[in-house]
Amino acid sequence: MGAGIAIVAARAGFKTICFDTSDDALARAEKQTRGFFDKSVERGKMQAQERDAVIGNLSRSSKLDALSDCDLVIEAVFEDLGVKKKLLSALDEVCAETTIFGSNTSTLSITEIASGSKRPQRVVGMHFCLPAQLMKLVEMSPGVLTSDETFATAWAWTEAAGQKPVKTQDKPGFILNALLVPFNNDAIRAVEAGVASPADIDKAIKVGLGYKMGPLELVDLVGLDTQIRLCEAFYPITLDPRAACPPLLRRMVAAGLLGRKSGRGFYNYQGGAMFGA
Amino acid sequence: MSTRYTIKQSGESRSFPKGDAFLAGASKDDADVIIHLGTPLAAAPDKAAVLIELGTESLGTHTGEKEGEEGGNVLGFARYRNGDDAPSQLIELVCQPRTAESAIAAARAVFEAAGFTVVVCSDQAGRIIDRLVRPKYNVALRFLDEGLATAADMDLTCRLGLGYPDGPIERVTRGGLAHHHDVTQALFETYGTATYAPARRAVVAAARRKK
Repeated sequence: MGAGIAIVAARAGFKTICFDTSDDALARAEKQTRGFFDKSVERGKMQAQERDAVIGNLSRSSKLDALSDCDLVIEAVFEDLGVKKKLLSALDEVCAETTIFGSNTSTLSITEIASGSKRPQRVVGMHFCLPAQLMKLVEMSPGVLTSDETFATAWAWTEAAGQKPVKTQDKPGFILNALLVPFNNDAIRAVEAGVASPADIDKAIKVGLGYKMGPLELVDLVGLDTQIRLCEAFYPITLDPRAACPPLLRRMVAAGLLGRKSGRGFYNYQGGAMFGA
Repeated sequence: MSTRYTIKQSGESRSFPKGDAFLAGASKDDADVIIHLGTPLAAAPDKAAVLIELGTESLGTHTGEKEGEEGGNVLGFARYRNGDDAPSQLIELVCQPRTAESAIAAARAVFEAAGFTVVVCSDQAGRIIDRLVRPKYNVALRFLDEGLATAADMDLTCRLGLGYPDGPIERVTRGGLAHHHDVTQALFETYGTATYAPARRAVVAAARRKK
């Protein structure tokens, strides 16, 4: 995710430093980024000169000190409150007082993340959508202590980066995941309740509502294990029964059916057969 | 397989409004598939399939039920329609535990020959789409009350972030909040869970409609 956000920033002309504690991860991200821009040139979406200029905006470091001159740091580390708070605390020591810290969290509270920093007024939620380099939407959320100035500056940066920001309150899942995660759970429960086959549920949603992808196809794509993690992030906070993990989901993950990445989820990607068929 | 059908109609059909091509395509004589649009179900065991248009009620309301052993050549159906929007091309075909496969095939053949996409579901409240989307519309309406975001930003988020053709607020509003109330009230009466309880804005719309 971080690599995609870096592409957005560099493409808009911002000098961008990709930070990761792992040099291997940085090397992989660099390869993927080059591949993305090479494809853009091949497809005629970008001139070779432009690509070289954008790639010139990107640098990499596994040393946090490298971020000392940044005006904006967007974190996209593991979705764990403790990890994010620790990172902000470390950034406090490295970055200027005026640096804005954006968090790409999709489930955690911006206010809680900001409590890891001595300057919570400079912390703002900036949730990009996957894949960040292609999707324009950014959900932007002020925490309880985020200053108006910080929010306005981060908003302006997002627009300058060619993205489309929307403002949401600091609530679990913001807009997107708050609507999507329970909806996908409902579809899983419908399979479990014998309402219809996964294929017919997806077909109904696509033909009836015009969605590009059915909810069960989407869960297969993001991973059934990821859907469990999302449930586990939401349910304890919201106590919304729709956010609770459906028992079928746990059984499927226990059986190794993780979706596309394991070759089988609600659909079988080797033979085309349906789960439960 | 024959794709001829006979329609028995009383009043306006939500699935096939006046002027719909499907009405014009019906046989004048007695075809192997009988379709009831607003007329009471009449047993016809010699027919390949007997179809009855459903609103929010279960198929069992028309056929009666027998401890999970119900089913024969009668199927329910509804052409999905978002309230007052024009009907979609989706037909939800409703089966019971012992519905004959041949009846499902006959019904499917009739609708597919007319250009519809057919999905098959069991006789549960809300069928597929209303069961899944109505709770989402309820939540979006609640978010609007709670100030999570503006209606425009919620809709934009769903269009840009999920590739939906429209957002939940614009869709449920376009279909009619009073209609949403009626559908969710029926679901709530069946399932009894808060998920389906009509959202406040839908309750308001229904109250104002009655004035």
